[in-house]
Amino acid sequence: MKIEILGMGCAKCKQLMANAEKAVKETGVQAEVVKVEDMNQIVGYGIMTTPAIVIDGEVKAAGKVLTVEQIKKLIV
Amino acid sequence: MIKPVIDWLVYEIFKMPHGAILSEAVDFFLYDTIKIFLLLIVIIFIVSIIRTFFSPEKTRAILSQKRTYAGNVLASLLGIVTPFCSCSAVPLFLGFVEAGVPLGVTFSFLVASPMINEVALIMLWGMFGWKVALLYIGSGLVVAIASGIVIGHLKVEDLVEKFDHKKPGSAVLGAEMTVKDRIDFAKDYTLDILKKIWIYVVIGIGLGAWIHGYVPADFLAKFAGRDNWFAVPLATVVGIPLYSNAAGVIPLVSALTEKGVALGTALAFMMAVTGLSLPEFLILRRVMKLKLLVIFASVVGVGIICTGYLFNFILR
Repeated sequence: MKIEILGMGCAKCKQLMANAEKAVKETGVQAEVVKVEDMNQIVGYGIMTTPAIVIDGEVKAAGKVLTVEQIKKLIV
Repeated sequence: MIKPVIDWLVYEIFKMPHGAILSEAVDFFLYDTIKIFLLLIVIIFIVSIIRTFFSPEKTRAILSQKRTYAGNVLASLLGIVTPFCSCSAVPLFLGFVEAGVPLGVTFSFLVASPMINEVALIMLWGMFGWKVALLYIGSGLVVAIASGIVIGHLKVEDLVEKFDHKKPGSAVLGAEMTVKDRIDFAKDYTLDILKKIWIYVVIGIGLGAWIHGYVPADFLAKFAGRDNWFAVPLATVVGIPLYSNAAGVIPLVSALTEKGVALGTALAFMMAVTGLSLPEFLILRRVMKLKLLVIFASVVGVGIICTGYLFNFILR
């Protein structure tokens, strides 16, 4: 599983990244968490607000920081 | 309702002498702080509930059908209610432009959205009264609409940086929110904002209370009164780097108007603080050529300065 965090490095993006990493760790799911900071790629997903979370190429949420619990539900 | 309690606290419990400057400053500080925080909590909560019914995606869909004039008016109004933070300015800008929203209409949105924000409005209402808050909304809308129309007519489409990416897919996001979702969102959002601004509010009101008590009335009339023509442009320029501190700046400005700063000058200053933001310009530089940014800042700046002069002229 590939989890991408889209954002240009604002505080909220970092928080979402940390939450995603924690969710992966706590559930033990095999997943790679990567940060996407490239503007072209971010816009390519069709989102207009950051941070956004993309799981296996599908945008799951944009413009908000999902909690660890919410991310767990998405990846389990 | 709060005032008698504060008076009782200051004069009966703290046993501070009546009529002394210090007691008045303390009284002023406690009253304003409590009043502002109550307003902030209640109104940010209500505004965030309203915001859950809007999203940048919906706003884009509405605006892509519109042309100049009607589009500018609608974009400015939607700018008030659409949730948007300046860190998303770039994807939002590109998303609008690529969906066929005219550039001028996009700019109306980009001006109105940060300028007419709930924190600034609450602070204005609390410190200046509802008339000034309404005046601010009205003039903010006019500046946003007019700036967008002017930029639209300048035909500056070639000054948008070219982006090389695949056709944006339209992200379809989740199901409709339930009532509980909306309340949870509003609660988180309110706490988030309060955490970010409370210190500026307290410092701003504290300094304001000090100015209220210790600076002689009309002290500033000579420098920033309505007869001083360069006060308005100066206030606008000084306001640009103060973006993140809108919450702290307004109580300060409120105290300064008591000491002779003209209201139009104060309004121009506050519009520059919220509407012209240096960090946002730096972010937008990624999608706009420098020339377009300069045009954007100048058009909005001129609009704000005109508003300042206008109010200094009519509020005599």
